[in-house]
Amino acid sequence: MAENLLEVKDLKMYFPVTRGIVIQRKVADVKAVDGVSFTIKRGETLGLVGESGCGKSTTGRAILQLYRPTAGSVRFDGRELTTMKGEELRRQRRRMQMIFQDPYASLNPRMTVGSIIAEPLEIHKISSGKEKQERVQELLRLVGLNPYFAQRYPHEFSGGQRQRIGIARALAVNPDFIVCDEPISALDVSIQAQIVNLLQDLQQELKLTYLFIAHDLSMVRHISDRVAVMYLGKIVELTDYKSLYEEPKHPYTQALLSAVPIPDPAIEAKRQRIILQGDVPSPLNPPTGCRFHTRCPRVMDVCRQVEPEWKNVGTAEKEHWVACHLYD
Amino acid sequence: MGALLEVKGLETKFFTHEGVVHAVTDVSYQLDEGETLGIVGESGSGKSVSVMSLIRLIPQPPGKITGGEVWFDGRDLLKVSDEEIRQVRGNRIAMIFQDPMTSLNPVLTIGQQITEALELHLGMDGRQARERAIELLELVGIPDAARRLDDYPHQFSGGMRQRVMIAMGLSCNPQILIADEPTTALDVTIQAQIIDLVKDLRKKVGMAIIWITHDLGVVAGLADRVIVMYGGRIVEEARVHELYTRPYHPYTLGLLNSVPRLDAAHSGRLIPIDGLPPDLIDVPPGCPFAPRCTFKIERCDTENPPLEYVSSTRRVACWRWEVMAARKDGGFRG
Repeated sequence: MAENLLEVKDLKMYFPVTRGIVIQRKVADVKAVDGVSFTIKRGETLGLVGESGCGKSTTGRAILQLYRPTAGSVRFDGRELTTMKGEELRRQRRRMQMIFQDPYASLNPRMTVGSIIAEPLEIHKISSGKEKQERVQELLRLVGLNPYFAQRYPHEFSGGQRQRIGIARALAVNPDFIVCDEPISALDVSIQAQIVNLLQDLQQELKLTYLFIAHDLSMVRHISDRVAVMYLGKIVELTDYKSLYEEPKHPYTQALLSAVPIPDPAIEAKRQRIILQGDVPSPLNPPTGCRFHTRCPRVMDVCRQVEPEWKNVGTAEKEHWVACHLYD
Repeated sequence: MGALLEVKGLETKFFTHEGVVHAVTDVSYQLDEGETLGIVGESGSGKSVSVMSLIRLIPQPPGKITGGEVWFDGRDLLKVSDEEIRQVRGNRIAMIFQDPMTSLNPVLTIGQQITEALELHLGMDGRQARERAIELLELVGIPDAARRLDDYPHQFSGGMRQRVMIAMGLSCNPQILIADEPTTALDVTIQAQIIDLVKDLRKKVGMAIIWITHDLGVVAGLADRVIVMYGGRIVEEARVHELYTRPYHPYTLGLLNSVPRLDAAHSGRLIPIDGLPPDLIDVPPGCPFAPRCTFKIERCDTENPPLEYVSSTRRVACWRWEVMAARKDGGFRG
């Protein structure tokens, strides 16, 4: 068994911008994801952080082949997914699941909780009849809900409980790998911790591998083994959670970290913030050279012309990947 | 410095098909001149409804302010005529909201929306109002302000729209600015820009601020004093340093413990608050937090603790606050 469960290489996901109603001409591309590479080891949690529109969710979906990538390779347990079709792909999908951000929009309001969780069991022809019902009850118990809830409808539950239902549905097919797409962003603070603890317990118990997508840096640091930081369709830095927070290399990572408020007035009073100027540029027409150069506090001439190389500035044992001319 | 605003026994209810929602119950506090007060709570805690009630922005029906007084400038705002409250709203007390896209009118230019208040409240003519609008946009850091005045809201990014909202809020030199989760919909780097801007404006303009948020981190760097709300009531109030070093209410402690901190060691597990927020329709007797509280005693189920001063600057509503105050580790995670 290979050490890496997932290998993503130079993944690109472009969305065409068309003009015209009857005859649609392609006039441009939104380069949502523009060449990202990373690996995820078995049993590991890789955090993917970035601000809205940076392409982090698109990356998650392109990995699961919910969008067919424009270019690049996604190898899952040694098999290439981007060229796979039909029944073969469906078989792989049993092993990869997703948990969504909005627990209000991702559960069908007309289905009972039981049938929501049973649906993947039917689609993948895993079980039926009494066996299926028992599996649903077992799953509800696993995520900390009363098995009796199977008869109820989603609107009868709170946000945190709905997220547990979404997790139960993802677990129904016994997956190896789960993309968690901002699973706690829509929840109240006191409930977030419940869901994060549940995800960590399930990971241990079921030997799951996670791609944890979020914009909340403190939560990503808490749950991840390694963290990748995305900006405008590219990963700008990737290393273990400790190095990233203790010695961030990329000026964008540094600014992101310094922008996160810390619930301690004494620390807040002393902190020096790096305030970035301006907004994230449009992915329709990203800046030349380094994409961050328009907002970078340490911009140099070379940054405007040449795209920085993606390289390891750490050691062989302790890798620290960064794309920035400061480390040329 | 005296009290600029005094809220006494405020009570707001919503009359719905499911029953009466006790959104805000017995809320009292005061706001001093130039002070920044943070109101922290989760969804349904009554934090937004309590401040919307101050300037009577509660939709009636289904909502109704059923009790209390709001003293501002020698008047009870809950008793004055509609005409009088309109003179206060947007003029003396301004409010900015969470979602700058839905609170700006999409079919009017930014300029039209800012000058409206200036003409209405300050009686400026078109040219004066336009000049003042440009000044305001420059004040909140919008580049090329004169030209952008003729742009529509959709032509601005989220962070820029929130700046426009703040400019509108400041247009009549309000004494109080109420900010209802103004950075929640924004990315962290943009949130940092907006907080930086508000701190700067506070120095320049000198207004008092009520900042509503669910994020204890944001309040730590911004507020002088903090009120924590739960189940429609104030459960704790303290100066910002006091609250974070030693919370007296178990709910405040629970909130602080359930978020991972960027500066803390990588802890194995978070300490969540078990259970769910209270049902505000069928309010049981006793403390609203009791079903989720790890410090609970028998009395908590039957008697609701009153919000009382426990020092000259702190109030707390908990039967066991002395136990909380005497905890050896004080604040975080034993």
